[in-house]
Amino acid sequence: MSGTATVGLAIHDLATRGGARPEAVDAFLSAHRFPLVEGSGCTFVFRGQADGVNLKHWVFGLPASQAFHRVNGTDLWYLVVELPPRSRVEYKFEVVRGGNGTWIEDPLNDQHAHDPFGSNSVVHGAGYEEPDWIRPNPTTRPGSLRSMVFRSPALGGDRQVTLYLPARYRTTRRYPLLVVHDGSDYLRFSSMQTVLDNLIHRLDIPEIIVALTDPGDRLAEYANLEAHSRFLVEELVPQLEKELPLAATPDSRCLMGASFGAVATLSTAVRRPGYFGRLMLQSGSFAFTDIGPSRRGPVFEPVVEFVNEFRARPRKVADQVFVSCGTYESLIYENRSLVPVLQSTGMEVRFVEARDGHNWENWRDRMREGLSWLFPGPLRMVYE
Amino acid sequence: MKVVLLGPQRHDPNLGATVRSLEFQGRVATVTAGWQEREADDAELCEHLGHRCVNLELYRRASDVFRRDPELDAAHQARQERLHRMQDLYTIRLNHAADACHALASSDAPDTLKLQELAGAVEALRTLDREHLGHVAEVHAEFVVRFRPLEREGVASMRGELAAILRDVSALVVAGGHVAVLLNRLRLFGIVELLGDRPVIAWSAGAMAVSERVVLFHDDPPHGPGHPEALENGLGLIPRVVPLPHARYRLHLDDPGRVSLMARRFAPAACVPMDGGARLDWNGAALWAPPGNYLMEESGAIRELAEASA
Repeated sequence: MSGTATVGLAIHDLATRGGARPEAVDAFLSAHRFPLVEGSGCTFVFRGQADGVNLKHWVFGLPASQAFHRVNGTDLWYLVVELPPRSRVEYKFEVVRGGNGTWIEDPLNDQHAHDPFGSNSVVHGAGYEEPDWIRPNPTTRPGSLRSMVFRSPALGGDRQVTLYLPARYRTTRRYPLLVVHDGSDYLRFSSMQTVLDNLIHRLDIPEIIVALTDPGDRLAEYANLEAHSRFLVEELVPQLEKELPLAATPDSRCLMGASFGAVATLSTAVRRPGYFGRLMLQSGSFAFTDIGPSRRGPVFEPVVEFVNEFRARPRKVADQVFVSCGTYESLIYENRSLVPVLQSTGMEVRFVEARDGHNWENWRDRMREGLSWLFPGPLRMVYE
Repeated sequence: MKVVLLGPQRHDPNLGATVRSLEFQGRVATVTAGWQEREADDAELCEHLGHRCVNLELYRRASDVFRRDPELDAAHQARQERLHRMQDLYTIRLNHAADACHALASSDAPDTLKLQELAGAVEALRTLDREHLGHVAEVHAEFVVRFRPLEREGVASMRGELAAILRDVSALVVAGGHVAVLLNRLRLFGIVELLGDRPVIAWSAGAMAVSERVVLFHDDPPHGPGHPEALENGLGLIPRVVPLPHARYRLHLDDPGRVSLMARRFAPAACVPMDGGARLDWNGAALWAPPGNYLMEESGAIRELAEASA
């Protein structure tokens, strides 16, 4: 998404008239949906009194703030940016009045994405299609969620764990197990229950039991903490395998997470090689340095130490690793760098990029591809 | 033997109406082995059948046999592993052969040139399928000769019980599920040979299993090109039909190129999309379908089957 203006756009017709009348602005706004995507050009508009309007986004590599232009003689502000095909970008507007800037969602856009910090407006580039498996399907048999508090001696406290049991769950079967970091966020912001229901219903993945875990002190626990891996490998999973009909073999166990949760995933696998046969790493915060200190701040220090050590001495820790990252994330460099390191160990690695950012809907959109590769469903063989 | 193929039963069931239209007397036997561990969850099915049914429990019976006969169990698993590997190898050739067909079909070369090449490419695909099915059939035949499953104590004993059940029923109903699991159980106990001329009603994987050739299909899988695969020969109870359950969901029926290739590849068998409400009858001499049933044409069109015959 660059600031290069594109010729032949609807906004240019309006802006070049010089002193457009309010009725012309009304007609323009009612004739289109906004942001207005025309080919690779994307026009953001804001109507209202302001001293300035800026686009705020999280596309790494572009100025984080881009100024709108005002259509002469009107209260209509606009900005044209290039939006590559199949992009998905979250953004806000900063409306400046009297020297103060206020961040708001785009009043003309009803597409929103939510995350633990609130919500953002969303624009889709040409060709992006929201997957149909992220929405509830009335023909899908829903699984169930069961909340539990798990007492962890390793972590010295209680941890919230939500269990997902598939529809038609039976104690006579043996299920694979997926353990998820930041489980509540995956449920709230990545529609994970609906996604699981649909992927199982579509036979893209097998019926599966999922343990959605939540951290205590997230940044500490997920940054290569020994106690965290002990919690998962010595406490949580053995307990689940005792109580639930799980296959309890490495190739039936998968650990996944996003951002710092991906660091926790890989670092647990490195501490306990072979315990989880499959890993799913989404937009991992795999900061590293080739020389000198990291500029990412103290929170990343244990991560950098871990990743540097793994890069220096890569080893096979699982059979299959799915890695995904958005090309608009600052972490794309780190994730691209990690892939050959993982491949050099003999692990089977699949890497997927998307024109998206560091957000929960990016991670949602990659779940079908990742989970169905790690746990292929019986799609070819089952015709109910 | 009369055979009736139906579309999937979960959302638009026509099993009950079909059974009533055939005016069976007495009970019918059911096979739900494709459901695997859920084999016994057949309350809804029994309801459609007016609670006049007896489940043959082929999945449970096969599990019992394998538990008591480790040699047969090991041989069965080794055969399945071999078939699995053969399928993978066949798929490598298949992907290239099918890609060639699609590339030729979408080529902008003049028809006079490309149609001849396309015909050759389709024929290569048909030869590949034929060879693969032949190899798979050899593996099954070798298994029968070497391990003589029908003569083994466990199978023979179960088969005696099944014969007694089947003597007292007027028809066999075969549900869907995992098509290979279902077909293997039907074969293990030699169900076809016990049936006599009793009618068979089957849907989804059941319909695939009783046809001449089992074709796996999905145009839009999460991974891979999604070319239809020949799996193995079916029981051959209904000739010249490739049933395609859940076709609207699994296939791009609006893509004439894909439809045409499928129709040409499996001809002279008719590729029949079978969604909810579909029905196709074979009376031992001819096919019949009520209005609202379709087949794929070599032209790439989907045509309604004539009511009188197909």
